[in-house]
Amino acid sequence: MTQQALLDLYFIDARSKLIDIAAFLDRIDRGEGPPDFRLKSFQKALEELQSTQPNRAQSVLMSLSDPTVEPIAKAPSKGAVGAYPSTENPLS
Amino acid sequence: MRYIEPHGHMVSRTTDDYEAMILAGCQAVCEPAFWAGFDRSGPEGFYDYFCQLTDYEPKRAAKFGLPHFTWLCINPKESEDTQLAKEVIAIIPQFLSRPNVLGIGEIGLNKNTRNELHILEQHLDLAASHDQLILVHTPHLEDKHKGTKLILDAIKADSRIQPNRVVIDHVEEHTIQMVLDSGFWAGITLYPESKTTPPRAVDMYEVYGAEQVWLNSACDWGRSDPLAVPKTAVEMRRRGHSPETIDKLIFQNPQRFLSQNPRFRLQ
Repeated sequence: MTQQALLDLYFIDARSKLIDIAAFLDRIDRGEGPPDFRLKSFQKALEELQSTQPNRAQSVLMSLSDPTVEPIAKAPSKGAVGAYPSTENPLS
Repeated sequence: MRYIEPHGHMVSRTTDDYEAMILAGCQAVCEPAFWAGFDRSGPEGFYDYFCQLTDYEPKRAAKFGLPHFTWLCINPKESEDTQLAKEVIAIIPQFLSRPNVLGIGEIGLNKNTRNELHILEQHLDLAASHDQLILVHTPHLEDKHKGTKLILDAIKADSRIQPNRVVIDHVEEHTIQMVLDSGFWAGITLYPESKTTPPRAVDMYEVYGAEQVWLNSACDWGRSDPLAVPKTAVEMRRRGHSPETIDKLIFQNPQRFLSQNPRFRLQ
């Protein structure tokens, strides 16, 4: 498909999601108390959108992934939270 | 339109869903064993669940004219208790000869622990020793990339297992390449929030090809859509893909993989 046709097909949907993200960050700013590591991970992942390479989805996913390689000793819980705390400072 | 739903947890769905799937063109549904949303108290709970998957649920699907197939295992979410997991694995062989059983699944990892990996290896041994197809669940969200690599390494370490008899499910943009490069099939799961949306699934199809790829809804008791596969077919049509191309991805591909088990026959 042409870039023009893809814009015609997806621009309004992407625009809506972009504003949702902006509103989400505004909402966090209005909230009280310190955020956990997920906010910093989210902001770091947003930087991947500035790339000019056509693998931004992959880069965002990798930015939010556990970078370690060895199996862990015990599961901390059953669920996943969508981001991984910094290995240097788990609180950031 | 015709399609196969190769991964749907129908025990969690209503009869309305069966009817909607039939109306959308579903030709068969395949149901891997999974976590019930709570931990079962013992192997007896799994025995009953396997009876449900191999006896009751195919009868319920048959009322709507829909062939129902299944995969058996203990889900990685319950694999941390290795004693329970081994007791459950021990009762699986008695179900493998049931007429709707396609193989072992959905096995894999959840939080990428040593115990989960140990039980994954036990499942792989069970599948290899009984010459079964394998359906693999890859972990959620931040655990997916690491878990997928650990899973692929574990499967490759067992020389009895042929990659083209294994489907690695829930791939996303950061894992699909390594799965296909290793010769495995890749399952793209369509979820409203996590995993993949229909536009992203079509993106992956366009970038990585569709030779060994299938789509599934993995509909269960959480936020999920049993019509996600036909809705993705509509998305493909919006992008100008031909009916033949769509049919290959949503019907012929899963049929080709699943037919490696001769029990998989459509009416």
